[in-house]
Amino acid sequence: MDVLNQLQRQYTDFTALLYREGFVDDNFTQVQKLQDESSPDFVVEVASLFFEDCEKLVNNMAEALEQQDVDFKQVDSHVHQLKGSSSSMGAARIKNVCIAFKTFCETQNRDGCLRCLQQVNHEHTQLKTNLQALFTLERQIVANGGSIPVMQ
Amino acid sequence: MFLDVSCLLLFWMSLHHVFGFGLKAGHLLWRLCCWIVSVVSMNWFINGGILETKAGMLGDGGKMWLKCLEKVSGNSCKIHHLYYQYIGSMRIRKTWWRKLLVAWIVGWIAVSVWIFWYMSSQAFEKRKETLASMCDERARMLQDQFNVSMNHVQAMSILISTFHHGKNPSAIDQRTFARYTERTAFERPLTSGVAYAVRVLHSEREQFENQQGWTIKRMDTFEQSPVQKDDSVAEALEPSPIQEEYAPVIFAQDTVAHVVSLDMLSGTEDRENVLRARASGKGVLTAPFRLLKTNRLGVILTFAVYKTDLPSNAMPSERIQATDGYIGGIFDIESLVEKLLQQLASKQTILVNVYDITNQSHPISMYGSNVSDDGLEHVSALNFGDPFRKHEMRCRFKQKPPWPWLAITTSIGILVIVLLIGYIFHATMNRIAKVEDDCHKMEELKKRAEAADVAKSQFLATVSHEIRTPMNGVLGMLQMLMDTELDATQQDYVRTAQDSGKALVSLINEVLDQAKIESGKIELEAMQFDLRAIMDEVLALFSGKAHEKGVELAVYVSDGVPEIVIGDPGRFRQIITNLMGNSIKFTKKGHIFLTVHLVEEVMDSIDVETESSSQNTLSGLPVADGSRSWVGFKIFNPEGSSHTPSPSSSDLVNIIVSVEDTGEGIPLEAQPRVFTPFMQVDPSISRKYGGTGIGLSISKCLVGLMNGEIGFVSIPDIGSTFTFTAVFSNGCCNSNDSKPQKQRLKNQSNTMSSRFQGMTALVVDPKPVRAKVSRYQIQRLGIHVELVLDLNQGLSSISNENKAVNMVFVEQEVWDRDSSISALFIYKLQQIDPVTKLFLLGNSLSSSRTNTATSGFYTPSVITKPLKASMLSASLQRAMGGNKGNPCNGEHPSLSLRNLLAGRKILIVDDNKVNLIVAAAALKKYGADVVCADSGQKAIKLLKPPHKFDACFMDIQMPEMDGFEATRIIRDMESNGHIPILAMTADVIQATYEECQRCGMDGYVSKPFEAEQLYQEVSRFLQPTSSVNL
Repeated sequence: MDVLNQLQRQYTDFTALLYREGFVDDNFTQVQKLQDESSPDFVVEVASLFFEDCEKLVNNMAEALEQQDVDFKQVDSHVHQLKGSSSSMGAARIKNVCIAFKTFCETQNRDGCLRCLQQVNHEHTQLKTNLQALFTLERQIVANGGSIPVMQ
Repeated sequence: MFLDVSCLLLFWMSLHHVFGFGLKAGHLLWRLCCWIVSVVSMNWFINGGILETKAGMLGDGGKMWLKCLEKVSGNSCKIHHLYYQYIGSMRIRKTWWRKLLVAWIVGWIAVSVWIFWYMSSQAFEKRKETLASMCDERARMLQDQFNVSMNHVQAMSILISTFHHGKNPSAIDQRTFARYTERTAFERPLTSGVAYAVRVLHSEREQFENQQGWTIKRMDTFEQSPVQKDDSVAEALEPSPIQEEYAPVIFAQDTVAHVVSLDMLSGTEDRENVLRARASGKGVLTAPFRLLKTNRLGVILTFAVYKTDLPSNAMPSERIQATDGYIGGIFDIESLVEKLLQQLASKQTILVNVYDITNQSHPISMYGSNVSDDGLEHVSALNFGDPFRKHEMRCRFKQKPPWPWLAITTSIGILVIVLLIGYIFHATMNRIAKVEDDCHKMEELKKRAEAADVAKSQFLATVSHEIRTPMNGVLGMLQMLMDTELDATQQDYVRTAQDSGKALVSLINEVLDQAKIESGKIELEAMQFDLRAIMDEVLALFSGKAHEKGVELAVYVSDGVPEIVIGDPGRFRQIITNLMGNSIKFTKKGHIFLTVHLVEEVMDSIDVETESSSQNTLSGLPVADGSRSWVGFKIFNPEGSSHTPSPSSSDLVNIIVSVEDTGEGIPLEAQPRVFTPFMQVDPSISRKYGGTGIGLSISKCLVGLMNGEIGFVSIPDIGSTFTFTAVFSNGCCNSNDSKPQKQRLKNQSNTMSSRFQGMTALVVDPKPVRAKVSRYQIQRLGIHVELVLDLNQGLSSISNENKAVNMVFVEQEVWDRDSSISALFIYKLQQIDPVTKLFLLGNSLSSSRTNTATSGFYTPSVITKPLKASMLSASLQRAMGGNKGNPCNGEHPSLSLRNLLAGRKILIVDDNKVNLIVAAAALKKYGADVVCADSGQKAIKLLKPPHKFDACFMDIQMPEMDGFEATRIIRDMESNGHIPILAMTADVIQATYEECQRCGMDGYVSKPFEAEQLYQEVSRFLQPTSSVNL
């Protein structure tokens, strides 16, 4: 029981941290809310889908930016997609980077774009690690027969 | 002079300064100068012309003047044109006009120098002319007088030949001669004396000498000593030496008596004269010499006297042979000329010299002082009848020529004017340059200001958007939070938070609207809508607040207003919401009454409108008479406006909406700025009631966009009445377009009314206004309504056998007045017709509850005001044993959403998998059956009719085929039926409603979903499952 409590507190603290640090926002909570008995792994599914999507987009963008003649329109559409999915996912940091990224695309600033891309990659990795930790915690809680605390 | 000129110039300049360099003043001066120039030149021309004609000159000079005039006036004209061009174009470079200025000044300096030269030369010519004419006149006179004298001397020679030689003895002796000549001296004005010498040959000398009694004396010695005294002259003279012939003077005038006996041939001058005279037979003149006695310069005229009459072509030798003697006249030129000149005018101005120029190289001066003068001189030839001798007259002016003042002043005047003009020009150009500079600066500033304005609007839009997005999140979360199990306190907190959030969002929306209005981006939609439904919505929106405050809320729409009109329902609702919001904010008791009429109806009632008694209002409290606010509207004064209401000819609907409240009213001093943005009555208002004061300004703009007007009447502590007009199109007339939508609107009202069609209701209400509202709402359900004033009347009406009254609505106020009558009424009612339903129309829940509790035996259903057709229908259904009422009434949107969406087959289209999954999950949560599609093409495939989808949510920005295009294709495929397609977008600003509409979309929801908005949109298209089953 102690273990479960500890885990639950750990989970709560960690989630609070994620919010505080701005890794995720309310939309993430909303996504979490959507998870119920009918779809027990909804958040994990969404997250993995998101990361998959994200990696693909990052690769695409990196490729596009390496070109001699950068097609900023294409990069912009990628960024837009990434922004949309990160917004849905509640990945606040990535979303914010995407906003900056879009402005660089509009001004056709290659250096800025590359910088943003790097940042997106970085945020992505961080978020992935964090969420994986979170999910691990969740799984542990569930394994210990507890319920996942709901964020207020 | 130049000092004067510069002074004048300075004066003018200072004057000009005083004027300020106003363009207008400059222009005036310029015109003046042009005028002066032309006038001056004209004057010159006229003067010059007169002078020239006077001087007898040919038109040459006149032509020149004319040319000059043309040039001057042409020039000024040209410059005038140029000036206007300048003013007109304002584009000429500085350097260009500097050059022009310099050229102008230099050119005019040259012109003025030329004018100076020309005028002074003219003056010189004139002077020369005058001199010539004077000189010629004098010469002619002298010549004439000389000729007269000469003729007379000649006549005398005839006399002598006739009377001296022709008679023997001679009829003339010295005395006779002297007397005769003396008396005829006036005939010879130029001669000082006449003498006659006879020709004596040497052979006759002695005889002659004896005869005369004196010897012939020689003259040369006499000539050598001319200073001798008169009386001694004759004695001192030597007798003439022996000569071949002699010419002794025998007769002489008294003035020259001393020459008697002198031999004329002995004097060199005389001898030559005599010889020439007798050879030519004409008068002969000597060179001028000093006269013997007077020592003045004189000439002697000699005529020969012949024995016989000789023919004019006689040989000189014949003449010599026939010579008898010689007559000589002495001309004292000097005194004579003087005398002559004295007779003439202007002798003071002219100097006359007479010369004998027989010897060209040595002219002998005969008259006049020998003043050497290099000035102007005129020479006139004199002809004294002696071809051998030549004489001339030279005339000069005594004074030097005067300064040519006219020329000087004229040219300097021109110069001054030109400089002035140049200065004005310069000043003007400077001014223009300055103004242009200023203008550029202004433009720059204007651009910056505009840029700032654009930036402001963008900022507002962006910030609003950026705030709105997270706010939606906040509100959504709160919504979800409320769905969870919370205790009362938590519920309260959450509700408060949600209210604040909503207030913030509405504020942001207002700011956004204001920004849009300011940038003129706002555009009205034109879609069909049910005006009454809008009214109901507004009423529903405010019913909660009205309940809290205990304020009675009512809406009345005149029957004349068409059911469906075409306009912008959102904006229309916004205006009403604004006005209602204000009203409810400031009203603590009484009522808020929203009425909609046709303008024509109100117009007809303007004149017959009696002053509304306070009893005639909804709550019985006095109100501000709204009619005063709209009598000033243009639409009521057709003569002053272009758009007169002409309902018969067009299908335009002019409606007039008024919101009447019994609030605290607007202070009189604040009334003029009610429609100014961000202007509230005073700062304390915003502290007390909140709000930005932007709503009314937006409303005014929106009303303006609807071709209407807004006005108000407010009496402090009594209330305000806001009235506005709007022009819509009649939606019933042209029903061919957008059928499905109309169908939908129709269905909505049909479902409400079909059940009660043909029923009869009785409304018991003593207040006609309130009764009218009740009747309006009940009638909307298709129920026939009768009005009675009290319960007794109601009873009698029910007991009337002819009519079956299905329901009775009693105003709570009447019901509560006397419980015994009420009880009786119920009793009677049940006796007459037990099926008849009884309803109370109550203001607030609480009061009705307490009353129903006390009334005991039968509790009539209470319908809470504000009355709404939908709610009424629900209540009636409930009372009549039907199903549950309309779920949307008073229930939670989240629950309603579940009702709406449960079992619905919904297609979600989004290329973004994450979005897709989240949206799908969200909709699944409400029980919907969700199908996902990740591209427009797939959606089209899925929606190819026939399909079983109830709605479609479509992302707008998708690669390959965006939402708009996909919708368009889907709409094209639809043969019958209309699937609601809602756009999903995170960007509320760009994806405007119009754009969605244009592509056939029915609305839009923001991403991520917010329960209330989702409900709002979905409820427009989907009927609740329960009522569908019904």
